[in-house]
Amino acid sequence: MHSKRADNHTWRTIKSGLASTVAFISALLVIAPLGLVFFHLLVNGASSVNWDFFTKLPTPVGTPGGGMVNAIVGSLELLAFASIIGIPIGVLGGVYLGEYGSARVNSVLRFIADVLNGVPSITWGVVVYGLVVLRFKGFSAYAGGLALGLIMIPLITRTTEEVVLLVPNGYREAALALGVSRWKTIVHIVIKTASRGIITGILLALARVGGETAPLLFTAFGNRFWNHSLSQPIAALPLQIFTYAISPYDDWHRQAWAGALVLVTGIFCVNVLVRILTRGRTASIV
Amino acid sequence: MDATTGPAIAAVELQSARRAMAPPSRFGDKAFEWLTLLMALGLVVLVILLGWELWRGSSLAVRKFGFHFLTTSTWDPVGEQFGALPFIYGTLVSSLVALLIAVPLSIATAAYLTELAPLWIRQPLVSLIEMLAAIPSVILGLWGIFVMIPWLRDYPFPLLKRLFGWTPFFTGPIYGPSMLAGGIIIAIMILPIITSISREILRSVPNLQREAAYALGATRWEATRIAVLSYAKNGLFGAVILGLGRALGETMAVTMVIGNTPQIAASLFKPGYTLASVIANEFTEATTDMYLQALFEIGLVLFGITILSNLLAQLLLHTMSTTFTTRAVQ
Repeated sequence: MHSKRADNHTWRTIKSGLASTVAFISALLVIAPLGLVFFHLLVNGASSVNWDFFTKLPTPVGTPGGGMVNAIVGSLELLAFASIIGIPIGVLGGVYLGEYGSARVNSVLRFIADVLNGVPSITWGVVVYGLVVLRFKGFSAYAGGLALGLIMIPLITRTTEEVVLLVPNGYREAALALGVSRWKTIVHIVIKTASRGIITGILLALARVGGETAPLLFTAFGNRFWNHSLSQPIAALPLQIFTYAISPYDDWHRQAWAGALVLVTGIFCVNVLVRILTRGRTASIV
Repeated sequence: MDATTGPAIAAVELQSARRAMAPPSRFGDKAFEWLTLLMALGLVVLVILLGWELWRGSSLAVRKFGFHFLTTSTWDPVGEQFGALPFIYGTLVSSLVALLIAVPLSIATAAYLTELAPLWIRQPLVSLIEMLAAIPSVILGLWGIFVMIPWLRDYPFPLLKRLFGWTPFFTGPIYGPSMLAGGIIIAIMILPIITSISREILRSVPNLQREAAYALGATRWEATRIAVLSYAKNGLFGAVILGLGRALGETMAVTMVIGNTPQIAASLFKPGYTLASVIANEFTEATTDMYLQALFEIGLVLFGITILSNLLAQLLLHTMSTTFTTRAVQ
C-alpha cells in the first residue's frame, strides 16, 4: 500500500517534469524563427550592405550594384507624414480616454480602438485608395503617409491612455489645489509626467508601421527614382524589399536581403530604445 | 434639519469661495476637453470611414453578383465574372492550419512563462517573443521564399507525404509554395500575439487558485493544469480568436509563400490563395471598374470576418477580466 502510493507520487513528479520539458521545448520552438530569420538575414544580407546601398539609387536590371537610398529616404518621409496625422490625434484621443469621459463612453471607445488595431493593414490600403488615390487620380506619398497615419491612431491612443492612467492622482490634485486650470494641469503636469511613456508608445507605433508593406502597395506604390513631389509615387523600404523578393533576378534578391537587414536593424534599434526608456519609467512613476 | 443645513451652508460658502478664486473664464478648459473629445471620436470616424469606403467601392459588384459572390468560384476578370469562394476557402484553411500549429505552442509557452519556467529565464524569453512580433511581415515572407520553402520541400513535406500520404491532405506533387507553407508562415506571425495575451491571462489568475492546488499536494504541472489553465479557459479562447483575427488578415508573408492560385483542393501541398493576397496582387492590375469593385468587395468580406472575430475575441477577453476583478474582490 505504502509503496504503491510512493510509486504514484514518483510517477506524478515525473509527469510534472515531462510537462515542463514539453513546455520548454514549445518556448524554444516559438523563438526559433527569430534566431533563424536573424541568422539568414546576416548571412545573405550583410555582404550587400555597403556604402553604395545607402547612397545610390537602384540600378536597372542586369547592372549590379546600386542601392536603396531613395527607399530609405522615402520610408522616412512617409513616417514623418504619418506622424503628423497619427501623433496629435492619437495622443489627444488617449488623453481624453485617460482624463475625461464617462466610464461607459470610454469603454466603448477603448473597445473600438482594440477592434481597429485588429483590422488587417491591407484594408487600410484599400480604403485610402478609394479615399485619396481614386479621387486625386494617382498614387502619391500623401496617400501612403495617410494610410500609415490612420493605422497609428488607435495604437497611440491605447498606449497614451494607459500611461496617462498611471500618473498618480496626487499630482493632479496638487496642481488643481494651486489654482491651475484643468487643461493646464493636464498639459503641464499629466502629459509631462507621462511623456516618456507616450513617446514609447509613439516609437512602437512608428516601428510597427515602418515595416508595413500592404497598406503602401496601392497608395505610395513605390518608385525606382527620387520622389520630387509628395503628390507623386514614392519608394519605401518594405515595398522595395517585396518587389525585389518576388522578382526573378539574383541581384535583386541580394538587394532585398540587404534591405531587410537594414529595416530589421532599424526596427530593433527602436525597440531597444523603448526598452531603455521604459526601464527608467518604472522607477520614476508608481 | 439642523444636521443638513450646516453642511449645505458650508457647501454654498465653499462654492462662492471657489468662484472667487477660479479664473474668470473656463474657456480654456472647455476648449481642451472638446478638442480631446474630438480626437477620441476620431476612432468612431475611422470605423465609419472603413465601412463606408469599402461599401461604396463595392456597391456595383454587390448589386451585380449578390450572394453568389461568396459561393461561386469563377474568377475571370476578362469575362467580368467574379466569385470569391476559392479565396475565402484559402483564407479559412490557411488560418486553420496556422491555429493548429500556433495554439498548442503558444499556450504551452505561456504556461511555461508564468508557471513552470525558472524565474531568471522568464524576462529574456518574453523579450525575445516581443522581438519576434516586431519582425515585419514582408521580411518573414522573404525568409519564407528563400529559406523556409526550399527546406520544407526537401525534408518535412516528403516525410509528411510518406507518413500521411493515405489521407487526402498530403497527396499530389510537392511544389513548395503551398497552403501548408502559407499556414506555417501565418503560424509564425501569430505565435507572439497568442503567447503574450495568454501570458497576461494566466498571470491574472489569482494566486489563491495555485495555493489551493499546492495545499492539496498537487505537483507543479497538476496545479498548472487544474488550477490555472482550466480556470483561464475562456480568456485563452479569447486569445486564440484574437490570433485567428490576425491570421485571417495576414497579407505579405502569406502572399509570398502560398502560391497564389485560386483553387479549392483538399491537399495542403497544393498552392492556394487568400482574400488578403488577391487584393495585394491584383489591385494595381484592376483595369476595369467591375474588377476593382470585385476587389473592393473582397476587402469588404475580409473586413467583415476580421471585425467579427475581433469583436468575439474582445468580448471574451473583457468578460474574462471582469470575472477576475469580481472574483478577486470576493
